[in-house]
Amino acid sequence: MSTVSAAVGRGNRGRRSVLTAVTWIVGIGFFFPVLWMAITGFKQEADAYTDPPRLFFKPTLTQFATVFDRGVGPYLANSAFATVVSTLLVVLLATPAAYALSMRPVKKTQDVLFFFISTKMLPVAAVIVPLYVAAKTLSMLDNVWTLIVLYTAMNLPIAVWMMRSFFQEVPGAIVEAAQVDGASLPRTLWQVILPIIAPGLAATALICVIFSWNEFFFAVNLTAARAATVPVFLVGFITSEGQYWAQLSAAATLASLPVIVAGWIAQKQLVRGLSMGAVK
Amino acid sequence: MPRIRTLRTVVAAIAMAGLLGGCAGAGAIGGGAGKTQLTIAIVANPQMQDAVSLAPQFERTHPNIQLKFVTLPENEARAKVTASVATSGGEYDITMISNYETQMWAQNGWLTDLQPYIDETSGYDPNDIIPSIHDSLSYKGDLYSVPFYGESSFLVYRKDLFAKAGLTMPAHPTWPQVAALAKKLNDPKHNVSGICLRGLPGWGEVLAPLDTVINTFGGRWFDQNWHPQLTSPQFRKAVQFYVNTVRAYGEPGAATSGFSECVTRYSQGQAAMWYDATSMVSTVEDKSSSVVVGKNGYAPAPVVDTKSAGWLYTWSLGVPKTSTHKDAAWQFIDWMTNKEYIKTVGKQLGWARVPPGSRLSTYQIPQVKQAAKAYAGPTLQALRTADERKPTVQAVPYQGIQFLRIPEFQDLGTRVSQQVAAAIAGNITVDQALRQSQQYAETVGASYRK
Amino acid sequence: MTATTAPAHAAAPPRREVRSPRREGWARRGPLMPALVFAIIVTQLPFLFTLYYSTQSWNLVRPGSRRFVWLRNYANVFTDSVFRQAAINTIVITVGCVLIAMLLGIVFALLLDRPFRGRGVVRTLLITPFLVMPVAAALLWKTTILDPVFGIVNFVLRPFGVGQVAWVAEHPLGSVIAQLVWQWTPFMMLLILAGLQSQSGEVLEAAQVDGATRWQTFWSITVPHLRRYIELGVLLGAIYVVNTFDAIYMMTQGGPGTASTNLPFYLYQRAFLGFDVGQAAALGVVVVVGTIIVATFALRLIFRTFTMEPNP
Repeated sequence: MSTVSAAVGRGNRGRRSVLTAVTWIVGIGFFFPVLWMAITGFKQEADAYTDPPRLFFKPTLTQFATVFDRGVGPYLANSAFATVVSTLLVVLLATPAAYALSMRPVKKTQDVLFFFISTKMLPVAAVIVPLYVAAKTLSMLDNVWTLIVLYTAMNLPIAVWMMRSFFQEVPGAIVEAAQVDGASLPRTLWQVILPIIAPGLAATALICVIFSWNEFFFAVNLTAARAATVPVFLVGFITSEGQYWAQLSAAATLASLPVIVAGWIAQKQLVRGLSMGAVK
Repeated sequence: MPRIRTLRTVVAAIAMAGLLGGCAGAGAIGGGAGKTQLTIAIVANPQMQDAVSLAPQFERTHPNIQLKFVTLPENEARAKVTASVATSGGEYDITMISNYETQMWAQNGWLTDLQPYIDETSGYDPNDIIPSIHDSLSYKGDLYSVPFYGESSFLVYRKDLFAKAGLTMPAHPTWPQVAALAKKLNDPKHNVSGICLRGLPGWGEVLAPLDTVINTFGGRWFDQNWHPQLTSPQFRKAVQFYVNTVRAYGEPGAATSGFSECVTRYSQGQAAMWYDATSMVSTVEDKSSSVVVGKNGYAPAPVVDTKSAGWLYTWSLGVPKTSTHKDAAWQFIDWMTNKEYIKTVGKQLGWARVPPGSRLSTYQIPQVKQAAKAYAGPTLQALRTADERKPTVQAVPYQGIQFLRIPEFQDLGTRVSQQVAAAIAGNITVDQALRQSQQYAETVGASYRK
Repeated sequence: MTATTAPAHAAAPPRREVRSPRREGWARRGPLMPALVFAIIVTQLPFLFTLYYSTQSWNLVRPGSRRFVWLRNYANVFTDSVFRQAAINTIVITVGCVLIAMLLGIVFALLLDRPFRGRGVVRTLLITPFLVMPVAAALLWKTTILDPVFGIVNFVLRPFGVGQVAWVAEHPLGSVIAQLVWQWTPFMMLLILAGLQSQSGEVLEAAQVDGATRWQTFWSITVPHLRRYIELGVLLGAIYVVNTFDAIYMMTQGGPGTASTNLPFYLYQRAFLGFDVGQAAALGVVVVVGTIIVATFALRLIFRTFTMEPNP
C-alpha cells in the first residue's frame, strides 16, 4: 500500500497521533460545507437564518417535498441521459484515438494532442452564439442530443489525453506477442489491452460523468423546458426578492447526490487511474 | 482479482446511470398524447411562483393543455428569452417580458398581436388595465403583451422619526427638500441613515432611481439628433446631486446596495427615507420581515423641473411569433392576467399577495383596500402619472423613463451604471464617470444618426 | 516547490519502435479519425463562424443592423478598459486558485499517505468537494457560508474579533478564489496521492539504508518523483479554472462593478447583455488567440520537463 509511510511513519507515537488528528480536522473541515448544505436542507426556513447558526432543530422533509413538487424528476432524467450517453460516446471515440496516438506514433503526435487539449481551452462563451444559431437551424434547440454532442466534445480532449497515458503503460511485448499469435487488432484490444487499462478507463469515464452532470453553461443557454438539466433547475430557485436557503439547500443536495455517491464508490479507481494518467 | 472488481464497479455504475437514463428517454418521448404542451418562460419572483403554484387549477379546467414552466432569475431569463425571440428559436409559447421589450419586439415582428384575442374574450376588459401600463405595452394601438404586475416609484419615510425630529414631509417633495430632510435625519451613531438610495451597478439597479432624478433635473441621454448629452450641465448636476446625497446621508456601502440591500435596511429600521419601487410594500409592510410596519408614510417621487418623476415598469406576458399554440397560449395568459385571477390569489393565498399595479379594478376590491390602506392610493397615483413619452423637460428621440427603449440600452446602461457606482464609491469623480459614459453613449448614438 | 533541477542530458520522449513502416497510412491513422473529425466539426466549425461574425457590426436585437465593418470590432476590444481588467482578473483567479489548491493538495496528500485509523473515511470526506455541482457549491458559498449576517465564516471568526464582513461584496476575487480552491484541492490531492503511492518502495528503503533522514529522502526522491504529477495537476487545473463561469455567475455576477469579471463572464455579458454579436465574437477571437499563445508556452515548458525527466 503506502510506500512513503515507511519513511514518514517512523516518528514517535505522539507525533503520529497529532498528525492523525490534524488529518481528521482537515478532512472534516473540507467536508463541512457539504454537510452544512445537507443539514440546511432538512430545516424549516426560519431555522436556516439564525444567528448563531443552529445545529440542533426539528428536522423536516418539507423542503425536499417542495423540490419534488416543483418537478425535479424530468430534470434528473435529462441529466442522467445526457451524462450517460455522452460518456459512452467519449469512451467510444477516445479509446481508439488514444490507442493510435500511443501504440503507433502518428507523425506529429504532439501536434494532434496539442490540438485536442487546445480545444479544451477555448472559452465556450466565445462560440455560444454560433452554436445557438446552428442548433436553431438544425431544429435541435431544447434537445437532449444537442447537449450530448457538446458534452462529448467537451470531454473528448481530456479523455484522449488520459487514455493515451494508460495505453502507454501497456507493455509493448504483450501486444506484440498477441499479434505474433495471429490475434486481430480488435481482438488484441479487447482481450489483451482492455483488461490492463480498465482502471484508467473507469477513471476517465468517472471524470466525464462528473463534468457532464455538473455542466451549466450549455444547459442554461441551449435548453428550455424539455431538455433542461439539473443545474438549470437549481438556478430557478434564486429569486431577486427574498431568499429561501433551506429550499435551495435541499435542491442542491439532491442535485449533487448522484455524482457524490458515484465518486465515493469509485474513488479507488480515480486514484489509480490518475496515477497512470500522470505517467506519460 | 482487483481488475474484475474494477470492471464490476464500472458496469454497476453505468447500469445504475443507464437505468436513470432510460427513464429520460422514455420521459422525453412521452408527455401526454393529444395534449397541447405550452412552454412558459417566467421570472423567479414570488408573485410568479404563486402563479406556478396555482397553475394546476388552470390545467384542471383546460384538460387539453399541459403547462411547462421555465423559471429563471431576472437577468438569466431576460438573456435567454431575448436570444430565443431574436433568432426565432421557438422554444417558448409564452414569455414574461416587460415594457422595455414589448414595443421594440412588436416593431421587429417578433411578437403576436394579442388585440384580436383580447377583443374576442368577453370579460377580459382591457380598459381596466392601468392606462400608463396599457400604453407602454401597445404598438400601433394594439396590445402585444398584457401586464401581470406593474410598479412605479415613490418615497417612503418613517413617520415616527419625522415626528420625533419635528419635521414634516411636503405633499409633493422636491429633491432639494428631501436632501435637507436627509441631512437632519442622518444619524450614523444610531445606525440610521438619512436616506437609502441604490448604488449597485446594473441598468435595473442604480440607474432606475438615478434616471428619474436625471429626468426631473432636465437632463437627457441624447438630443433629438442622437448626440449624447451625458456631460451637459443638467445631466451633470443631477448625477452630482445623487452622488453627493448618497455619499453624505446615504447608507454605508452604497456602491454595493441594490433593491434587496435597501429593502433589508429600511425594513430593519436603519433608514429614515427610501426612494424606490412601489413593490417595496410587500416587504416593508409585512410583519414577518419588517420591524417598521405601520410607521410609514408614502410621498410621490421627488421632483425638480417636472411635475412628476416616478418610473414605470411592468412584467407582462407575450406570445412569440414562432409559437405554434397561440390559441392555447392566449387561454393561459387570459387566466393569469384577468380579474378572476387576482381574486383567486386573494382568496387562496391572502390579499396582500395579489399582483399589484396591473388593473384599476384591483384597487376597488374592498379586501385590497383594507390590506393596502397605507399605500394603495400612492401606488395607483404614481402609476397614473408616469409618462413614458415625455420623460424629461426637453424633447428626446427615445421613449422610456428609467430606461431608453432602444436595444443597446441594456448594455449602455450597465456600463454607465458601473461608472456611476465607481463615483459613489469615491474611486473616480462624477466628471470622470460622465466623460467615460459620454464615450460609451457616443458609440450608440452614432449608429442612430443619419 | 520543486527544488531539484532535471538532468540536462535527456533526449526525445521514449517511443516504441515502429515495427513495420509499410503498415503506415490510413490503417494507422484510422482509429484516430473519428475523434479528430468529431472534434474539428464540433469545436472548429463554430469558431470559423465566430471569426466571420467578428467582422460584422451586428446587434442581435436590432434587425437590419448587420453590416461588414472590417476590423473595427477588434479596435474596440483593445481600447476597452474592462477587457484589460477582465484579463488580469482571469490571470489572478487562475494562478491564485491553482497554486493554493496545489499547495494544499500536496499537504493533504502527505497527511493521507500514512496508515491511520479511518484513513478511507477521511479521504472520502476530502474528495467530496470536487464532486459537488459547481453551481450548487457557488450558491451555498455565497449564502450559507459567506453571508455577512447568517454565514458560517463570520460566526466562526467572531471570537477573533472579525465583525460582519460582507465577504462577497468586499473581497469578490478572494471569495471566488476560496470557493474554487475548495473545489479543486481534492483533485490536486488525488493526483499527488496517486503519485506518492506509485513510488517505488525499494528506492525509499535503499535511501534509508544509506542513512538518509526523512527530509533528505523526501526532498531528493519524493519531490522529483512528484514533479510530473504536480505539472499535470497544474496543467489540468489551469485548463478548467481559466474557463470559470459558474462561480462568477452565481456568486458575484462579475461585480461589484467589474471587480471580479473574468474573460468568460465578460464574453457572456457582451453576448447576452449587449447582444452585440460582432463585438462578442471579436472578443472571443482575441481571448482564444491569447489563450493559445500562453498555452503553447506553458505546454512546451511542461512537455520539455516531462521528456527531460528520466523515467524511474
